[in-house]
Amino acid sequence: MGPMTRQANSQSNVVAFRDLSFGYGDRRVIDRVSFEIQAGQVVALMGGSGVGKTTLLRLISGLVVPQQGHVEVFGACLNPKDQQALFDVRRRMGLLFQFGALFTDLTCFENVAFPLREHTTLSESMIQDLVMLKLECVGLRGAAMLKPAEISGGMARRVALARAIALDPELILYDEPFAGLDPISLGVTANLIRQLNSALGASSVVVTHDVTETFAIADRVMVFAPSPTGAQLIAQGTPQELRESRDPFVRQFLDGEVDGPVRFHYPAPPIGKALGLGGNP
Amino acid sequence: MQGRNLNLAVGAFVLLGLFALLFMALQVSNLGAMSNGPTYEVKAYFDNIGGLKPRAAVKSAGVVVGRVRQIQFDDQQYQALVLLDLDTRYKFPKDSSAKILTSGLLGDNYIGLEPGGDPDNLKNSDRISMTQSAVVLENLISQFLYNRPSESAPPSAGSAKGAGVLK
Amino acid sequence: MSSVLNSVAALGALFLQFVSALGVFALLLAKILARTTAILKRPRLIAAQVHFLGNHSLAIILVAGLFVGLVLGLQGYYTLRRYGSEQALGVLVALALVRELGPVIAALLFAGRAGTSLTAEIGLMKAGEQLSALETMAVDPIARVLGPRFFGGLIAVPLLAALFSAVGVLGGWLVGVALIGVDAGAFWSQMSDGVDFWNDIVNGVIKSAVFGLAVTHVALVQGYESKPTPDGVARATTLTVVAGSLAVLGLDFVLTALMFGDT
Repeated sequence: MGPMTRQANSQSNVVAFRDLSFGYGDRRVIDRVSFEIQAGQVVALMGGSGVGKTTLLRLISGLVVPQQGHVEVFGACLNPKDQQALFDVRRRMGLLFQFGALFTDLTCFENVAFPLREHTTLSESMIQDLVMLKLECVGLRGAAMLKPAEISGGMARRVALARAIALDPELILYDEPFAGLDPISLGVTANLIRQLNSALGASSVVVTHDVTETFAIADRVMVFAPSPTGAQLIAQGTPQELRESRDPFVRQFLDGEVDGPVRFHYPAPPIGKALGLGGNP
Repeated sequence: MQGRNLNLAVGAFVLLGLFALLFMALQVSNLGAMSNGPTYEVKAYFDNIGGLKPRAAVKSAGVVVGRVRQIQFDDQQYQALVLLDLDTRYKFPKDSSAKILTSGLLGDNYIGLEPGGDPDNLKNSDRISMTQSAVVLENLISQFLYNRPSESAPPSAGSAKGAGVLK
Repeated sequence: MSSVLNSVAALGALFLQFVSALGVFALLLAKILARTTAILKRPRLIAAQVHFLGNHSLAIILVAGLFVGLVLGLQGYYTLRRYGSEQALGVLVALALVRELGPVIAALLFAGRAGTSLTAEIGLMKAGEQLSALETMAVDPIARVLGPRFFGGLIAVPLLAALFSAVGVLGGWLVGVALIGVDAGAFWSQMSDGVDFWNDIVNGVIKSAVFGLAVTHVALVQGYESKPTPDGVARATTLTVVAGSLAVLGLDFVLTALMFGDT
């Protein structure tokens, strides 16, 4: 499926959440979230740490199942019970885990070759060429014969990215790709995300809380805020629209203010009590 | 691990293990001693088989000439029916006798075949008419050795035949 | 009074824990067996695991087998000599090894050496999200990771037990015949008379296969269900050894009663 055919579908949704709720037992993590992601765009899902952004990615890739509502991927509702359909959907998407999740007993080359070997019947020489091309995309062709333990964390993440795009996916999911990177690597990664999206004619969903880098490359941004009943989608729009937003949470998040809708203090009894000061607090 | 080296290593391991099993089967166990040649079946009734077990040896002049195939109880004659598989290489006269003996002091029971003088030989499904049961003393020893619950009835008239004969 | 009630409640809770652990064990076993055909289509993966679990355990198995055989020879000789039955040394050593010590000790050593590395490997893969990565790449982690290890262990353990017993017999021979001077002919002939192929050797192999299944699967379950933290993995490896060993000993009793009860 080449870039030409993909552009024809650019008005359709590649991912949609329909009134979705998810939780563990009684504890709800995602609260009635609905949104659409259009094909061909780089969309950022943003919010504070622990709000449940990674869970959103796991919902899109079918690793977890919603309690209420459903996820649509490539226009069809995701049914985790249908193994074959799930298989087909997963073949068309790539997921970059936060720390790479490379297979530690294989070399970088073999890691990137893994999806090709599992899902295609290409000859070894073709696989060799493809892997080298993918590694070239992320600038790590020279590290092909090294094992994950022998390269830095940032490099491991790039190899994992090469592996995620090995089958030329239509949808690439990034879990906190900017976390813990130095300024140079930050720039490299942001650049890669944008370039790959155009080169593959794909759609990218980036889960992150890094405002500067993300706003530079995202077409749309969605902001999630925590609430007692789980994470909620409170704002969405282009980076420019969000910069001009008046919503107190968005403002606190974008400006990095210490206190606001997200309180600085974790709920606790008054400090007078803790210090043992008698009388009325 | 490289493909060829892996195959070699795993193959060597499996071969080693199978060789160990083969060693045990042939050298350690009685498999090597058992002849797999053709056999003919012969019946014998005993009043008391003592500790005789299936696959026990049938010996004549000390040489293994067959195996006990099966031990049954005949509730018409109230005797033990023992089915023997004898090696077809060895022919025995129709009036040969079968005794239940013990090999050594700590050994198992086996059947000793003593040839008679009949010109005709035993054929398949023939019956050995002259039998001698296990000696009572040896029953006791078996009981001690194998912790068998004591036989319900005292030695029957049949085994009294052999009671006087101590081997 | 309440402390007695607490103890009873704790006992009950322990029992319930055991039952639910058994459930987890059985469920994962069912999942792996359901994927048997898919797993057997990748013999290269199984071979790699046989190598990892079997070849790498050879050293400890052979050395341990030799030592056990030597000790059996020695102890057996001292005891049999009192009854003038030194010539039965061969059958003593062989039966002890083939019926019990070979399958049991090989399985226990396997649990300690190979079982723990299995658990640690899978636990770390889980912690590093490698299993989730497999899922998102549309590869079934149970068929791809757990399955080959399961069958690898199932193949390796009986072979290791056979090697243990064989080397042990040789060890007994070394001490009894070569060093002490028991008659070699009596040693081997009494042994082959006393050891029955079907009742002893085959039963021993069946035992080691059952132990292999138990120990390997306990290791897989512990790794697969471990908490993805360093503490969780450490705890899981300990449980592999403890639960695996107890399972082997418990199954040994049951199998021995079933197999050797009537002899």
